[in-house]
Amino acid sequence: MIEIIQLTKKFEQFAAVDNLSFNVEEGEVLGFLGPNGAGKSTTMKVITGFLSPSGGSVTVDGYDITKNPIEAKALIGYLPEGAPSYGDMTTIEFLNFIAEIRGFRGEQKTLRVQHVIKEVVLESVAQQTIETLSKGFKRRVGLAQAIMHDPKVLILDEPTDGLDPNQKHHVRELIKNLAKDKIVIISTHILEEVTAVCSRAIIIADGKIVADGTPSKLESQSKYHHAVSVRLNQEYDLAADLVGVPDIGAVEKEEVNSFVILANNATPIFAQVSEIAQSKQWPVTEFHVNRGQLEDVFRAVTAQTQGGE
Amino acid sequence: MGNLGIIFRRELSSYFATPLAYIFIVIFLITNGIFTFDMGGFYLRGQADLLPFFSFHPWLYLFMVPAIAMTLWADERKTGTIELLLTLPIKLSEAVIGKFLAAWILMGIALALTFPIWITVNYLGDPDNGVIVAGYLGSWFMAGGFLAIGSCMSACTKNSVIAFILTVAICFTFVIMGSPILLNAFPEWVPQFLVDAFTALGFLTHFDSISKGVLDIRDILYFTVFITAWLFASAIVIEMKKAN
Repeated sequence: MIEIIQLTKKFEQFAAVDNLSFNVEEGEVLGFLGPNGAGKSTTMKVITGFLSPSGGSVTVDGYDITKNPIEAKALIGYLPEGAPSYGDMTTIEFLNFIAEIRGFRGEQKTLRVQHVIKEVVLESVAQQTIETLSKGFKRRVGLAQAIMHDPKVLILDEPTDGLDPNQKHHVRELIKNLAKDKIVIISTHILEEVTAVCSRAIIIADGKIVADGTPSKLESQSKYHHAVSVRLNQEYDLAADLVGVPDIGAVEKEEVNSFVILANNATPIFAQVSEIAQSKQWPVTEFHVNRGQLEDVFRAVTAQTQGGE
Repeated sequence: MGNLGIIFRRELSSYFATPLAYIFIVIFLITNGIFTFDMGGFYLRGQADLLPFFSFHPWLYLFMVPAIAMTLWADERKTGTIELLLTLPIKLSEAVIGKFLAAWILMGIALALTFPIWITVNYLGDPDNGVIVAGYLGSWFMAGGFLAIGSCMSACTKNSVIAFILTVAICFTFVIMGSPILLNAFPEWVPQFLVDAFTALGFLTHFDSISKGVLDIRDILYFTVFITAWLFASAIVIEMKKAN
């Protein structure tokens, strides 16, 4: 378990991380979201022991990262932002180096390195120097070193940044497979990723937590939660038919003949709208319920802080 | 093998993975040859010793060692690998010493490859080989002193060129500390013990006596303490500056 208590990191007067507290349990995949400069990377750098906190504490399985750094770091696998690695080494040399530092020797080391190479599909570039690799492969080399010692805690700073859709899919599958009985924290600003792999999401802005919950719980905070989208094949004034129905809120026009009917009080309105549509014989071609978009929530909770700048 | 050894091996093999180590060694050997035989008057002196060879080393190291040292930490910061390295379960001291040792051994290899000069002097005459061994040892320790300064300067900046210039400047100061040019510049009223203390901090004071065959434990101790102090300073600078 990771316990983060009142964590603060100041750079001179500026607080990049401001009094942050949260716990992460085994089996959780935590998505760490926030606009650029919100303090995501700084938080990760403090959790992994790269930067020392200005206040508060980080405890990994009972080991305090500042008091017992070696023990705590041994439990963590970390992919820093941009997946840095030693460019003049070949993939296999680099992974051997990491394996040795992680305490593997001899036969065990060879097996472990072979295992991670297979896991992240690096066989084809094992003998190439890292600086000659494409961005996707470099990212995978970074992932390989992070999972070398099968760590209890996996911290990945933007693991899919700059990858093509296939590679992204692959990395996400990998994270899902790894996640069992582990703690995974990934930072990202790709919101679909959170819905795809995370069991929990924290949104931070200006170093503070502004939202915390499962992705579906966060989605339900969206004003589009339970909203009904309707597309018609000819012009028709929907709004007139809906006036006075208590659970139905505003009607937004998206494009010509395409509308979104918002729900008031977060109640399902599908049945009501569908009934009205049938009785009034709307010329419907498409009709579906929205789950709500994480993006809306993200924008809503981070907007104030952005505006204040 | 401990973490220090693992880091040491990685660093040393990365010197040889690129042309860097080879170019360094070749240039080192060529300039040594020119200094010793052409400018040092190796033959003209008619003496079977390596004094002309060693006496140029401080000036040679002044540019060669910073070239090796400048990337030690500056490149780690620039490429971001410092974040990888320092989040591994190792002590900062293991990283600092491991990197330093790798560069120091590279210097040692370059120095050892000047052995043809030693063979030549043995072929031509009958030198005191003990003095020569002491000279090599002294030279290597002095290179370590330069390197430790370079390690600290490299930790100060992301830019390896700046690290190079800073290292050259500071090394130059330590080289000329014991030289008459600087000593004459002291006004009369400065007490003698201060001048002596100042001289005692210079490289040349210690290197000269070693290269003449006087292997005093105090000179070796001087370089050891000097290296330790600068490596300690490197660790402090890395700790302070890793955030930006």
